[in-house]
Amino acid sequence: MIPAVTQQIWCVAALLGTTALAIAASRSRQSTAIVYGTTFSISLVALAGALLALISRTSATELALPIGLPWLGSHFRLDALAAFFLVVVNLGGAAASLYGLGYGSHESAPQRILPFFPAFLAGMNLVVLADDAFTYLLCWEFMSLASWALVMAHHRDADNARAGYVYLVMASFGTLALLLAFGLLAGAGGSYSFAAIRAAQHTPSEAALVLALMLLGAGSKAGLIPLHVWLPLAHPAAPSHVSALMSGVMTKVAIYGFIRIVFDLLGPPSWSAGVAVLILGGATAVMGILYALMEKDLKRLLAYSTIENIGVIFASLGLALAFQANGLGLAAALAFTAALFHVLNHSFFKSLLFFGAGAVLMSTGERDMEKLGGLIHRMPLTSFVFLVGCVAISALPPFNGFVSEWLMFQAVLQSPDLPQWLLKIMVPAVGALLALAAALAAACFVKAFGVTFLGRARSPAAEAAREVDRWSLAAMFSLAALCFLAGIVPGLVIDALSPVAQAVIGHRMPVQLDDAWLSIVPIAESRSSYNGLLVFAFITAAASLAAYFIHRFASRAIRRGPAWGCGFADPTPAAQYSGVSFVQPIRRVFGTLVFQAREHVDMPAPGEMRPARLKVDMHDLIWERLYTPVTEVVWFFADRLNQLQFLTIRRYLSLVFATLVTLLLALAIWS
Amino acid sequence: MHNLAFDIAHLLAGGLVLISFMMLYQDRLYALLNIFALHAVVLAASVAWQAFIQNAPHLYVTAAIALVFKAIVIPVALHRIIKQLGIHRDIETAVSIGPTMLAGMGLVALSMVLMLRVTGAADPLAREDLAFALSVVLLGLLVMVTRRNAVSQVVGFMSLENGLVLAATGAKGMPLVVEISVAFSILIAFIVIGVFLFRIRERFDTVDVGALDEFRGERR
Repeated sequence: MIPAVTQQIWCVAALLGTTALAIAASRSRQSTAIVYGTTFSISLVALAGALLALISRTSATELALPIGLPWLGSHFRLDALAAFFLVVVNLGGAAASLYGLGYGSHESAPQRILPFFPAFLAGMNLVVLADDAFTYLLCWEFMSLASWALVMAHHRDADNARAGYVYLVMASFGTLALLLAFGLLAGAGGSYSFAAIRAAQHTPSEAALVLALMLLGAGSKAGLIPLHVWLPLAHPAAPSHVSALMSGVMTKVAIYGFIRIVFDLLGPPSWSAGVAVLILGGATAVMGILYALMEKDLKRLLAYSTIENIGVIFASLGLALAFQANGLGLAAALAFTAALFHVLNHSFFKSLLFFGAGAVLMSTGERDMEKLGGLIHRMPLTSFVFLVGCVAISALPPFNGFVSEWLMFQAVLQSPDLPQWLLKIMVPAVGALLALAAALAAACFVKAFGVTFLGRARSPAAEAAREVDRWSLAAMFSLAALCFLAGIVPGLVIDALSPVAQAVIGHRMPVQLDDAWLSIVPIAESRSSYNGLLVFAFITAAASLAAYFIHRFASRAIRRGPAWGCGFADPTPAAQYSGVSFVQPIRRVFGTLVFQAREHVDMPAPGEMRPARLKVDMHDLIWERLYTPVTEVVWFFADRLNQLQFLTIRRYLSLVFATLVTLLLALAIWS
Repeated sequence: MHNLAFDIAHLLAGGLVLISFMMLYQDRLYALLNIFALHAVVLAASVAWQAFIQNAPHLYVTAAIALVFKAIVIPVALHRIIKQLGIHRDIETAVSIGPTMLAGMGLVALSMVLMLRVTGAADPLAREDLAFALSVVLLGLLVMVTRRNAVSQVVGFMSLENGLVLAATGAKGMPLVVEISVAFSILIAFIVIGVFLFRIRERFDTVDVGALDEFRGERR
């Protein structure tokens, strides 16, 4: 029997081989089918291996390869935490490959995508497996660059080129932060293997600095506010199945990095670390979903909603840190499990929703929701699975999103046990923020589904939409089924996550499968419990009953209306509710403060023939107040430095000379 | 005997620094070349003395190379170039002599302080040698920086290289191959620079490198 880690490395090698294959076969007409078929099977094998490693609770397996730096080599390790994230990565990879089999055949330039797709999957697998700082950073950069190449697949589009540029800058910045964090962790001794870092002692100030650097490094990749700016640009720019991978899976790899370093390597946390992560997570959740609400581009809306979910996950992680710092092991395990559960759930439904957006894009060529509508008649199957995704992400029972958010709020309710007053006040406040975010998310996805799929078509393209191919539907339906399953038997997932919590936190949640009727009981029966199956049965019964009564007593009843109106008084589709009008109340409540939204009426002068218009001005304050000044400063100095480019020979010599003398002087003074 | 050996090595290396100062002071080209020849002669003597006290016969070869090429061939060739170019009357320094000399003294002080402190554990002869060598290198660079004339920049570069040779011979055990290759690279650099000088002269009617800058449309 080969160790699990070796199996996974072989899978990665096979993925890299697929990259080579994709380059070799780029001229072939079958290349799309070959590449996605291969990645699909490899991902399934890797998924099976990771699941087995997670469920069988074997101890961690390690592998050292003699590649990389000559005296270091590269180390890989597969423990429970890595196994769980490998499940997320490879499940997403398998679904995206399956979807790509159909979606990829519509690609105009497949040779720009096919070689990078397996490489991207391989990179994400490697990051999760890496067991020393050098390998980790190398794989992290590999993953970033592969995804960057995918973002730039349609680089002739000016927006995509800008997205790629911003992504590259932010990714380099994040890696710099990670590099510094690892430097601090390794210390003066400079032993870069994770085992040595885990064994070393870290002073509190060092630990605080590492935490801040990790929030910058992993946070910029995951999309924490205010480092999220690249995410809504880059994720939608990639082809839809890659968007799904980036949003659903790559952000999770960043979270893995955060957990690995802050929970695993850094040693026992301080409770103030929990406060920082908690506040950042809460702010990210609310800001992310507000951005998403204001968005009318379907894929950008989904990308912003990813930011919201990342905020939710980080808030749970912050809770876990706070509980763990105070020795409340059970509560910490609960919060941690909620975070991991949400990681899994988000990878399901965000991939599903991006696939749905890709299906809409494929059949209509539109991402702008204001030009869609009425698709439920033309794409009934896609509409159904998209609805499932929307319900799941809105955290409504009986789907999976509800369970993880419910677990998280159960953890929030444990906050009175915390000794620090700051935390006692802070945790419910952040809980309120998260509740607000959850409610806004529901509104956001009512808008996304309603405007896109309901009503009447707002453009000829939407009118001519056709249902998508079977491969894409298969990918979406399997993810929808997973959302449903994880929603009605959450105990199974919680039990599968328990070795991870045991390994990282040192405690685990009670075994759930022992409870009767598949209910889950996070703390004690007397406090709270949830039974997905029961709720599902109740919802089904209530909905059927309601449908029957409405049909029986309302729709069949005789009513009087305008003649020939057929229920539609105004025949133009523009008279329908639009996305902008749907969110107007929310914009007025929150947008006035957060986006400086101002409405004004552009009234024509008397005698002018043009119509009056209602205009809304909105500002992205994070971009304007934070990024624009930084860019301006950088440009200022770059402009000044530009003059160094055209000096005389003597001046260049003088510069070299002055540098030499300065260095010598510094040496003379400090040596 | 040992003290005498040390004193003579010290004297020769100190002489090199002194001659570097003369080079820094001198702004007439012919005189500058003569001083450079003297610089090379003292270097050759110093290397030969090192060969004698270290019992390293291959250093005699280095000394011979220094004597033949740097003290005779290159100065003679540069003389001819100056004659052909007709620039022997040129006096061109970018920075006036006084501040240059002061800066030179500062550099020597800096290299002394630095080298004597850094190489505390080393053999005293090598220590002194390295300190002087660093001074010569820095003074050579200073010559290059403060002159506008291409010929004086070449001379500055050559004297800088002399400093490197001094440092290398002071430390025991530099292989002959390295020295020969260094000598040849200097020769090639000299040839290339010579060709360039003529080219510049043909184009711009001067060897003032400022003309190149003007040609590029740059201010000085």
